Amino acid sequence: MAYTKRHDGRSFTECRPIEAKAGVIKNADGSAYFKIGKTWAYATVYGPRELYPRFQQDPTKGILRVTYNMMPFSGQGERVRPGPNRRAKEISMVSEKALSAVVDLDKFPNAVVDVFIDLPQTDAGSRAAGISAASIALADAGIIMRDMVAAVAVGRVDGSNLVDLDYTEEAHHEGEGAVDIPVAIIPSTDEIVLLQMDGVINKEDLKSALELARIAGKDIAKIQRDALKEKYGKEGEAQDNE
Amino acid sequence: MSRNAPNSKEHIVKALEADIRYDGRKKEEFRKIEIETDIAVTGEGSARVKVGDCEVIAGVKLSLGTPYPDSPDEGVLMVGCELIPMAHPSLESGPPSIDAIEIGRVIDRGIREGHCIDAKQLCVEPGEKVWIVSVDVVPLNHDGNLIDVGGLAAMAAIKATRFPVIEDGKVNYKELTDKKLEINETPIPVTVCKIGNQLFVDPTKVEEDAIEARITVTCLDDKRICSLQKGGSESFSIEQLGDAFDIASKTSNELRKNL
Repeated sequence: MAYTKRHDGRSFTECRPIEAKAGVIKNADGSAYFKIGKTWAYATVYGPRELYPRFQQDPTKGILRVTYNMMPFSGQGERVRPGPNRRAKEISMVSEKALSAVVDLDKFPNAVVDVFIDLPQTDAGSRAAGISAASIALADAGIIMRDMVAAVAVGRVDGSNLVDLDYTEEAHHEGEGAVDIPVAIIPSTDEIVLLQMDGVINKEDLKSALELARIAGKDIAKIQRDALKEKYGKEGEAQDNE
Repeated sequence: MSRNAPNSKEHIVKALEADIRYDGRKKEEFRKIEIETDIAVTGEGSARVKVGDCEVIAGVKLSLGTPYPDSPDEGVLMVGCELIPMAHPSLESGPPSIDAIEIGRVIDRGIREGHCIDAKQLCVEPGEKVWIVSVDVVPLNHDGNLIDVGGLAAMAAIKATRFPVIEDGKVNYKELTDKKLEINETPIPVTVCKIGNQLFVDPTKVEEDAIEARITVTCLDDKRICSLQKGGSESFSIEQLGDAFDIASKTSNELRKNL
């Protein structure tokens, strides 16, 4: 039996409920959280600040450094051992490349902008949620960006293309199984800045999955902008929240 | 704000002598406490505690493992703290710092030595299979006093913990039973700080950076003390310690009411 109806009743093009908020961590220069279903990502930005160790400094421009971290109690199964593992390091790296495509750090030689993505709770799609949170946090920190980066996972579960897979869908083994495709997009130009895939798919289905990501990216970008507007108001002036 | 506040020791001592701290509190007054439980559904228990601007999440994971040979019918408890760099500009990625290790161990000692959790209830099959209770304390925004705030968060998360279902000898994390982790005691750590001759509780980060010594006293429901940790590079007199014990037992009673 093909996957014709999603287990949580969503339509194939529907993301789980999303909630985003900017300015949630007081100590940080910029911060946000991005919740999509049960996946919950915090992003905090510190910097531009001087980069140590010194040999990593670039005298021509500042660098962006992203650190992805799942909290020990955030996994679907057993406790996640704290500290960076191979998976976390790779996700940090691809997230860093995705966000580097929009930030302009030319005016900050030798400096680093640190982005920390920390997840208290996950239900698949965590790298996408992390990147979506990080864009809001970077904008909140006043880092010059040419656009936001909106990220979402799309995929194919036993014959049906769909957006925003949760863990149950990602682990679907019956029939053709599941294909998971995290995508990050610059919404104003439709440039793809992160693309990964696990699973087997044909070219046509892959192209239509990417189209789903392009459309979902627009909705996510709006939610990101709204989160910033909520903090800064329509005129771009900071609301006095506290 | 906190990073630019006047933070010289002299200023802080003056404020303490007048018994009006920068935020208007008295020496033995805690900041406003907010506790929310079941905030992370992937944990079998979880809580978020805010004390002023200091915000900490704690989560409990239960897993099945083998008991220690010297206590075959008892489960295992571990409490850890992750000082992740999101919480303060001074924190860095990498292996746990000595500060993180101390916070985790002091909270752990209070819960363990206070016999908070009856280890026998964690036995599934004597000598073969027991529950391992892992409590992780993660500050989101560090504004001082992480042992006390983390200790409160750990207790709130433990109190909210329910056992998952065991199926064919394995844990099914998708289903929680109604069975709660049973608590015998609610140990609450209170750290009393010292600058000059002044004793006070619940330091902000700015105050904490200026203290000379601190003593963490973990008190039980009936005011008995179940663990101590002295920190900082200066000393306490015996009289000061007596005062600190009084302050801690009074404060822990107040804090316990929030759980």
